[in-house]
Amino acid sequence: MLQQAFNGLVGGAFYALLALGLAVIFGMLGVVNFAHGAFYMLGAFGSYVLLDSFGVNFWAALVLVPLLLGLAGTVLERLFIRRLAPLDPLYNFLFTFGLALILQDLVKREYGVQSQPYPRPGLLSGTVDLGLFGYPAYQVFVLAVSVVVCAAVWVVLTRTRVGMIVRAATERPDLTRALGIDVGRWVTPVFGFGIALAGLAGVLAAPMRAVNPLMGADLIITVFAVVVIGGLGSIFGSVAAGFAIGLVSALGNLYVPALSQTLVFILMAAVLLWRPAGLFGREEALS
Amino acid sequence: MILSRLARRPLLLAAGLVLALALPWMIYPPVALDMACWALFAAALDLLLGFTGLLSFGHAAFWGGSAYAAALIAVHSGLPFPVAALGGAVFAAVLALPIGYLSVRLRGIYFAMVTLAFAQMVYFVVNQWRDLTGGENGLQGVPRELFGLDLSDSFVFYYAALPLLLAGFVAVWRVVRSPFGRVLVSIRDNPARAQALGYPVERYKLLAFVLSAALSGLAGGLFALGHGFASLESVYWTTSGQAVMMVVLGGIGTLWGGVIGAGLVVELNDYLVTVGFDGIGIVTGTIFVIIVLVFRRGIWGTARDLLAARTGRRRPGEPGSGDTQDGAPARTPGVGTPV
Repeated sequence: MLQQAFNGLVGGAFYALLALGLAVIFGMLGVVNFAHGAFYMLGAFGSYVLLDSFGVNFWAALVLVPLLLGLAGTVLERLFIRRLAPLDPLYNFLFTFGLALILQDLVKREYGVQSQPYPRPGLLSGTVDLGLFGYPAYQVFVLAVSVVVCAAVWVVLTRTRVGMIVRAATERPDLTRALGIDVGRWVTPVFGFGIALAGLAGVLAAPMRAVNPLMGADLIITVFAVVVIGGLGSIFGSVAAGFAIGLVSALGNLYVPALSQTLVFILMAAVLLWRPAGLFGREEALS
Repeated sequence: MILSRLARRPLLLAAGLVLALALPWMIYPPVALDMACWALFAAALDLLLGFTGLLSFGHAAFWGGSAYAAALIAVHSGLPFPVAALGGAVFAAVLALPIGYLSVRLRGIYFAMVTLAFAQMVYFVVNQWRDLTGGENGLQGVPRELFGLDLSDSFVFYYAALPLLLAGFVAVWRVVRSPFGRVLVSIRDNPARAQALGYPVERYKLLAFVLSAALSGLAGGLFALGHGFASLESVYWTTSGQAVMMVVLGGIGTLWGGVIGAGLVVELNDYLVTVGFDGIGIVTGTIFVIIVLVFRRGIWGTARDLLAARTGRRRPGEPGSGDTQDGAPARTPGVGTPV
């Protein structure tokens, strides 16, 4: 039971990283990035290709892949997302949907649908004694990275000038601009950062989850549900809901295995019924 | 000029009817059936997207849910196929009631996310409930018959299903032209004002959602019966995406544009499968990206604008003309003035 709870937290670590990226991008740009799952998949494939073709190990990939994907994200924002930004957000949603289809099938054509193997880094191949039970060291590492990254983002958002600008621009873009802050300057880096987070999650997933072209698509829809539960537009809510949903679905799986995949959506329905704007959301989502 | 304008609509209708009747002679009959079913699906989705301003990204739940319901009815009861198809449509409507109830309160992009998530839930349920649905293998060997008449030939089935499909189109058309449809358009364009005028906005949206789901279900049920097979793919998110693409390609809020979009997309998919290209998503995705970037009015919308520019005539206030009529860049389906 405790072990299952731990599994849940590790699963939640991925939800949280992905939900955080989505929430940051949504907050700053008002874009719901459907391709987020595709970038997560590219993160996993990136580390696989780096190891397989170039002999670059996990630790280097952990830094390199998010950087590269973040860079790709900034280019994407400059070339396309920016152009669609003045229109209804649905157009950017449709655009990123098309992009996700393209990326997914490009990888599928190249590598097929079967999963690619990715070994655990040697340093983390053992188990850690957590007192009551032994637990794979790698999973503990994933959880730790996710918690540290989410906490770091939180600190940056609440305690630094950059964070202040981003939060202000999220709340009231026009007013922030009127105060003499160049909001547009921050849009591209924030988008790139969100994509980099998805890439990081992908690299972390490579050694413990199946690396295949479809790994991102289903996950991202679940993460949408997580974001809706946490609160539309709330960064803190998204992260908290990520860990909580991971925990709850793992425990649910223990008691009612048949519900393992659907539980998160049932929770979403319950939250929508009770608090349509989500647990930490603001009312602006409502019509 | 006046004569041509008056004559245009009946002429178009007649042309469409002739095309619908001649289709299985012109192309491979199963593809013709695919086109007809997807066309109704697209029109039903446009009822919601183009005329109510709600982008549902979860209509696979209704198309595919009805496919399974209709197939199950046909397999287990042996009732004639129209009963099975209508049963599927009723199932889709019943399924749409709670989903719509929870979703219509959300605005624009959130509505898209939530409907997508609910459809994924339906997908997982279908995938896991193997005893009933056959899991990944789908539901095979669905009988197609009408009072002892064997309809397993797609050519014959097409004509047997056509009256139901046409009835679906008439229903969409009637809804759009009715006072109810006008209220939907007013909700799309200005929900606050519609509310202020005393219309219960959420109830109208929910009704539009359920209607759209039922008609999508009719199309999906006939699709599954026609192929004798309900597939897991029919409830997958790619199916929702494909339907949205047909509507956007044809022109949001044009109703018949979706029909053209459906024809083109089905034909393209069939071609790609025939030549053995195994990256359909690359092509589909690219089309999606191009439409969204440079062709937002879609085929029908663009054609109508060109025609209007040529004759210098506009028909203001027509439902569906909202986002393409006044030459403004395609206006915001989905987001009205926030309350």
